[in-house]
Parts: sequence; structure tokens; C-alpha cells
Amino acid sequence: MIASASRTPEVAGLLERLVRGDRRALARALTWIEDQQPGFEQLLHATHAGLGRAFRVGVTGPPGAGKSTLTEKFALLCRRRDQKVAVLAVDPSSPFTGGALLGDRIRMQDLTLDDGVFIRSMASRGRLGGLATTSLEAADLLEAFGFDIVIHETVGVGQTERDIVSAADTTVVVLVPESGDAVQTMKAGLMEIADVFVVNKADRPGAENLEQALTATLGLRPRADREWNPPIVRTVAVEGEGIEELAAAIDAHRTHCQESGVLIAKQRARSAERVRDLVARRIDVHVWERSGGEKILEQALERIRDGDATPYSVADEILAAVGSGPGLVRPVTEQEEGT
Amino acid sequence: MTPTVRKDRGDDGRPIVQEASTREERMAARVAAWRDRWDRQSKRDIDFTSTSSMEVAPIYTPLDLADNDPVDDIGVPGEYPYTRGVYDSMYRTRLWTMRQFAGFATAEETNERYHFLLDHGQTGLSVAFDLPTLMGYDSDHPMSEGEVGVCGVAIDSLADMETLFRGIPLDQVSTSMTINGPAIIFLALYVAVAEEQGVPPDKLRGTLQTDILKEYIAQKEWLFPPEPHLKIIVDMMAWCADHAPKWHPISISGYHIREAGSTAVQELAFTLADGFTYVEEGIRAGLDVDHFAPRLSFFWNAHNDIFEEVAKYRAARRIWARHMKERYGAKEPRSLLMRFHTQTAGCSLTEQQPENNIVRTAIQALAGVMGGTQSLHTNSMDETYALPTEKAVKIALRTQQVIAYESGVANVIDPLGGSYYVEALTDRMETEAETYFRQIEGLGGVVAGIEEGFFQRELASAASRYQEEIDARRRVIVGVNEFIEQDERLEIPILRIDPRYEREQCDRVKELRAKRDNAKYQTAMAELRQAIQDERNLMQPVLDAVRSYATVGEIVELMRDEYGTWREPSIF
Amino acid sequence: MTEQKIRVLVGKPGLDGHDRGAKVVAAALRDAGMEVVYTGLHQTPERIVETALQEDVDVIALSILSGAHMTLLPRVLELMREAGMNDVLLTGGGIISKDDMQALAEMGVGQLFGPGTATGEIVEYIENWVDNRGAKVGITS
Repeated sequence: MIASASRTPEVAGLLERLVRGDRRALARALTWIEDQQPGFEQLLHATHAGLGRAFRVGVTGPPGAGKSTLTEKFALLCRRRDQKVAVLAVDPSSPFTGGALLGDRIRMQDLTLDDGVFIRSMASRGRLGGLATTSLEAADLLEAFGFDIVIHETVGVGQTERDIVSAADTTVVVLVPESGDAVQTMKAGLMEIADVFVVNKADRPGAENLEQALTATLGLRPRADREWNPPIVRTVAVEGEGIEELAAAIDAHRTHCQESGVLIAKQRARSAERVRDLVARRIDVHVWERSGGEKILEQALERIRDGDATPYSVADEILAAVGSGPGLVRPVTEQEEGT
Repeated sequence: MTPTVRKDRGDDGRPIVQEASTREERMAARVAAWRDRWDRQSKRDIDFTSTSSMEVAPIYTPLDLADNDPVDDIGVPGEYPYTRGVYDSMYRTRLWTMRQFAGFATAEETNERYHFLLDHGQTGLSVAFDLPTLMGYDSDHPMSEGEVGVCGVAIDSLADMETLFRGIPLDQVSTSMTINGPAIIFLALYVAVAEEQGVPPDKLRGTLQTDILKEYIAQKEWLFPPEPHLKIIVDMMAWCADHAPKWHPISISGYHIREAGSTAVQELAFTLADGFTYVEEGIRAGLDVDHFAPRLSFFWNAHNDIFEEVAKYRAARRIWARHMKERYGAKEPRSLLMRFHTQTAGCSLTEQQPENNIVRTAIQALAGVMGGTQSLHTNSMDETYALPTEKAVKIALRTQQVIAYESGVANVIDPLGGSYYVEALTDRMETEAETYFRQIEGLGGVVAGIEEGFFQRELASAASRYQEEIDARRRVIVGVNEFIEQDERLEIPILRIDPRYEREQCDRVKELRAKRDNAKYQTAMAELRQAIQDERNLMQPVLDAVRSYATVGEIVELMRDEYGTWREPSIF
Repeated sequence: MTEQKIRVLVGKPGLDGHDRGAKVVAAALRDAGMEVVYTGLHQTPERIVETALQEDVDVIALSILSGAHMTLLPRVLELMREAGMNDVLLTGGGIISKDDMQALAEMGVGQLFGPGTATGEIVEYIENWVDNRGAKVGITS
């Protein structure tokens, strides 16, 4: 499951423990990934062969819709089917302090002591699309570790959820009767991304109206996958009602994706995006940190103000410096510790 | 008075500065002149705000009361809208009840403390339960480990309750029991002990806290989701109205909301909103508002800012009376009275220089008395360390006695009434509370607000702001961020709860389960389950269950099984 | 790019529901740039330690106002040791006497903070502890 390659002693040690199924090593490896510590790419490279078997579910919706409770109940059902479940719960980092309060676990307490479940709270760390900067990598590691289902849980209000679509094979959008009015404004975003709709807290007044509003707008929206009509599932997550139906809807979508080739296409797109991300990230590091781009920029700001340079001429200067710096190609298997 | 002819402009067309004629105008002119002089003075560099971080003016004048009608808004005591007090004669007829909250270890030890307090002139009992009891766990439940008898007394069954009140005639004391989730069980236990003493329920005087809404908002000791809890509360209100007319089945509490970090206005508004919810639930269940409303009572915090606190109590009386009359159609004057218990603010006490807490408590107690409280608990100076020692409790009680007999404040009803400041603050609090009521209504009511985390968020941000003010020294707390004593040494004794009490209590409850008549117990429990499923009033079946020596934990477990549990929304 | 965040579990073990302090501290730690995993109320020591393990926190900060600290904190410490969490700090606050603080410190519990502590003091204590421990790299146990 875990590929071998030449690596630093720390990476080797951690990998060895991961192979043994050590949950603490998994937690630590996730920290490496989150912190993007040296060696994290080696770790992912070495575990890549373990991918391709888990199913990834995205759960999103407005605050207060009951996403965490729904996730908990769905995970409990997966456990009854003997599937191992990992949850990545994302909350936003403060753009000012970089700190974050991660409170999703409060509503997933029935999963805490089950060793077939692993929950990790992630702060978005500056990423805007609803996921954390390293959500995809974290999901890969959890998959390689042997989880059958990986759930991305994140707040979404219909603006910036593109991320979750690429991260998940099936995206579940959770709404509540109170979001009835909001459906009108958020439909553009949420309508397009949902593979399954959940009307949670369906015992409250307004559930019927919400469902009707959803059905009405669904007919009008163009979707990438024309073959699939997103079903609407009613749940009362706190009572565990409707969870079987939700699982059935997710299963149906999974089968559809497998049969129609959508799954393979999604996985391909994910790989492509991963490579693009990696290249972009490394170019960033290369340009701004390794080649001194940041320093050149700092020094140039004064000149721009004085009219001795323009943003365009400074960009040229920085890229010229990159050309003379160390090469961009640094295979992960050859990285030294501390690079 | 001769009417003056006024001219705005002189013959040359220039405005004339002339002597204002009405009293109001003359006052305005004086205030404007004073404001000029005031502006030129230097000011100390701190925030001039109330304890609740509310901006206050440097002076209040009759101008601030322009919209206040002294007859309709202030009036006289014992008369609508009761701003000045719920009774005609207040403390000249009877002083407030000095009621010290007490309970620790086992029923045996606490019973001894009650006899001690009654011997020292205390006039009412107030039971503090330990956390397992409050949360409906028996002492031998795994969740109870380390907590039995620590924060209060451990009561597992009727047997413990009999010991707790041994030698105390229940027709002669009034008893307050601070318990919420399992409140109906404790009402039944109290009734059952009285029955054994030969005292019928209609002779019982006292209060159960029972206020579950503030548990979701602040204290977090709920057992089930809000709906079944509210249903049980209506059962208790109905049963008491019929069988125990002198008993207060619920004490709608702002105390814990304030302790959790709210401002005075939030305490006022959220608590009254909770009260309105109980009234609405009662009405919805088909009860006549005048049948149960006279037995509703309140429980407020008393913090350091005397004026803010007094204004809060006065506003609460006026708002409650107005809403009960105008919104809920109560006709009985007794339905309109906001009667209340007060406790000084535990959250104001400091670990540093603990003796200073005696002074804080005295100031707070004074606020409660000047606000017209019906009963009062004063905290002991050592409560930031552990349960209070006997000496500390005695000083706290003596504080009340000094206020009652030496200070003179009990001579005059509503002594701060008519103060420009206090009247203006009272009006402002009423206005701000009304704004909150509209907001809560917009959310769909208190329960919807709880489910959405509205109250929890409001409290968390108020608590953080208060702490930030202290951290930044914009608010001075003596001994904490100013006037600090380095190498301060603790010189007050600490009361420790011997772990042996926990072992003894666990043994006792195990023995009880083995010895009781289990056939009788089974029947009573089956009947209780049936009553829950039939949605009948639960008071009678719970009474039968406690008489069969079913434990508190067993009854709660059965109810949890039927009603489910509840988890709070994360508020971050 | 590499950015190590201090991760802290803030939790309330035992039965007391007074979460004002825990929430104020959680907010203050967040404002100091830390990532705070808030567990909510009524946590058993087992849940706290398992959560800390999954979240790979640097610090476990517990608030106990019920007086059960002499039962709960040693139990958490024991479970941390069983799980090999020897690079994690156990700290907290509440109504805890100086004698008890001393006894707990001897067992290996970090500093405990009483009512009236400035949040800045707690932030500073955690930052210093993490600085002294150094970065989380491998797992040593």
C-alpha cells in the first residue's frame, strides 16, 4: 500500500508506523501535511500507490444546517456496514490572526472512541474555496491509510464551493427549512454543485416549501453532468431519520459515476489539478523564497513610489533573477531534510 | 406665575439671548453651561462605563426623564406597573429572607449544616446539589467519579432526602432547591418527605429552580431536548397550582446567564424572554394564565455596579407587569408581580486578596436590597477556592444583617427611586430589553434562538469583551490588574471534601437498590414509562416512583430513553 | 510556505457546565494565532485523550470548576502516557487550591490557572512551552 523510495529518517520512520496502522503516526503525518513541513511531499509520494479505493463525500451547506450531526449519523451508518470512515472538518482561519476555532467535533462525539473512525479538524489557513489549503492531500493520506469513506465537511453559502466538487466524488448540499429564502440567493452556487440535496430538520415548518423551491429551480439549472438528477432527501439528523435514504442516494450517485465514467473523469481531473497545484506551489516557493523574489520586491517598492520603476519592470527583474537561481526541478525522492 | 412674552429676535434682527421661561428651558440652559465647563476639564484615562461596559453620562438631570411619566412609569409600590416594588409596605412589614445556599458531601453532613444555619438566624433553606445529582446520575455512575458531594450534596433517592431534612419541620421552613433538569423528581421527593412528616403539599413553601431554558443558554445542565423539558415544566406548574399553591414550581433565573458573562441588559432580556416562554407554554397547554402565573418567581444576579443593578430590578418589575397584563391578558394583580431572589455575583469574586470579596459582596447585597429583593444569598469570600468554610459563610450572613439593621436602607421603599440616573437607566434598560425581545421573536422564539446558538454567541462575545477590558486595564479590578500584591500568601482555610463520602454514598445507593421492594419499584417505573408515552401529567407517576425508592438516576435514565438527549450547537 | 501552527485542545471534562472561562480562553488563544479544537462539555478523560491524539495537538487545556480535578487530571495524564503523548502539554484552570496545584505539578501536569488570570498570561505560557519543546517532527515514543 505504501510505496518505498529513498527518504529521510523521519519520513522513513513515520511511513513505517503508518504501515503498521499507528493512528498517532497518522495524526502526526497529517500535521506535516497541514504545516507543509519538509518531507510532506515525500510522504504523499510514497503513499500514492494506496489511492483509488476510497469514496469521497463532500458535505456542505450554510451554518446551522446540521452538517456535523448529519455527518456523524452517516458515519455511524457506514460503520454498521463495516466501512472505515475519516472526516475532515474545515473551519475558517481568521484572516487577521491566522488562528481558528474548530468546533465541529462537538456534534460528532459518538464517533470519538471508535477506532474505525478518524476525525481531523482543519483550519482553512488562507484558502478561500471552503476547504483547507491541504484538504486534498490530507484526504489522500487518509485513503492510503485504509479508510473506505473520506468525508469533507465544510461551511458553504453558495459562493465559493467549487473546491468541494473537485475534492469529492459525491457532493451533498445540506439545507434547512429556514434556508428557504436563502435558496433564492444561493442557488447559483449550491444548485450547480449538489449531487444530492438534503432537507435537514424536515420536521419543521417550511420543509415542504423548501423542497418545492428546490425542485422548481433544479429544472432550470444547467449542470455539468446531465445524466444525473440530484435527488432531494429529507432528514431529521438529530433523530437519525432519513440517514438510510441519504446513504442510498449517495450509493446511487456512486454507481452512476462508476457506470457513466464520471468517476474516472473526476479522478483524472483531481490528478491534473493536483499536479497543477504542485507546480504552482513550487513555482511560488521558488520565485518568492528561493530565488529572492520577495527581497527584490521589497526593495523595489521604494523605486516604484519614486517613479524609478513600475510593477511591470519589477516583475521582469524578479523573473530574470529566477532564471539564474537553482532549478525548479527537485524530485521529491531526492529532497534533503530541511530543503 | 406671570406668562412671559418671548421674542426670538430684537429690533435689529439679531437673536436675543433671553432668560428662558419654563423650568425645563432654564434647566436646559444650566446643563448646557455646565457641559461647556465640563468639556474643559481634564479626565482620568479609563473607560467610564458600567460593569456591563455600558457608556454612562457624567451627570443625569430631569432632561433625561423627558419621556418618563412619573405616574404611569414610576408610580407607587404595590401598584401597576410595580416599578418601585411589588408590595405596599416592603421591608417595614417583613425583611427579605436571608437564604444561604448550602450543601456538601452527604445528606447527613448537610443536614447538620442546616441546623447550624437555622440556629444562627437564617430564615430559609437553600439546597445545593452536587453535579451528578444535577445531571441526573446516581453516585455510582461512571460519569460521577470524583464529583460526588463535591459541589453540593449528593441525593440519590428518597432515603437521602429523608436524612437531608431530618429534624426540620417542612411546614415551618421555606426551602429553595437549585435543580433544573431533574426538578420534577425533586418536587416529588420533597412532597414525599413532607408526607412522611404528616405535612400535606398545600402547607409547603419554597421554590424549585426548574428553569431549563437558561440551562441551554448558560449553565448547560440539561437532560433532554427543550420540548420534553418544557412539557414537564408545564406539568409541574399545573400540579402545583392544584395541589401546592404556596410552592413556586419555577424560578426563572438570570443569575447563571450573568455568571456566564452576559451584560445586565442581556440578563434582564433573556431571562424575561424565558419567562414569557413558560407563560406561553402554560397557556398553550390550556392553563388559565391567572391560575399559574402568581407562582412564577425570578432569580437575579447582583453585580458590583449598584445603579445598573437597581435599574435592572426596577425595569424587570415594570416589563413583567406590562407584558403579563397587556400581552398575556392576566387579570389577577398577583399574576403581574415580579418577585425575586438575588444572589451576589460569584463571577465578580477574585482569587487574589480574597478578603476583598467580603466588600464586593456587601456592595452587591446592598444593590439587591435597594432593588427590592424578596430574598438574598450573599457569597462567601473563599468561593473561588472551594466550598465555603463555616466562618466565611457566617461573615456572608452577617453582611446581610448589617445591611438590614445598621445601614438604614431598609427603612425606605425603593430609596433610589426618583434619582435621575436610576430612572434614566431603568427606562433605558426597558427599551434595550424590548429591542432584544423583538430580535428573539424574529428568530422564532427562545427555543429557536437556543438551537441556533444566538444566546450562546451573545454571551461569549460579552464575556470576551469584559476579559479584554481587564487584560488591557481599561477596567480596574482591585488586586487583579491594579493594586496587586506580589508574593501574596493564602491565609484562609480551605474546606475539603473527604473522598470517603463518595465511597460511602456509592455503597449506600447500591444497598438501597438491593434492599427495596423491587416489585413495587418495577410497577412504578412501568407506569411512569406509560405516562410518558401517553403524554400524561408526569407528577403523579414520578411521585409513585420516588415513593418506591427508584433512584434519581434510574428515573432520569428512563426519561432519557423516552425523550432522547440534546447537544448544543457549536457557537464558534 | 512551511508554517507550524500551535494546536490546542480546549475542553471541559466532568459534569460542570460553566464554560465561560473555557470559551474566553479558546477565543483568546485563537486571537493569538493558535488553532483551537473545542470539544464542548462533559468530556470523559478517554474522549479528551483520543481527540487530542487524532488532532495532534501540542497542548491539552482543560477547565474544571467542579472540584473534581484531583480525579480527572491524573486520569488524563495517565491516558496520555499510555498513548505515548510525551510531547504534549497538559495544562488548565479552574477552582483549584495551591496545594492541589502543587500535587498535580509533581505528577507532571503543567501550570494551572485560577480565576482572574489574564488571558495573555496563558497565551505566553503556551507559546513559551512550545518554543522550549521545539517543533513536532517525528514521533519519539
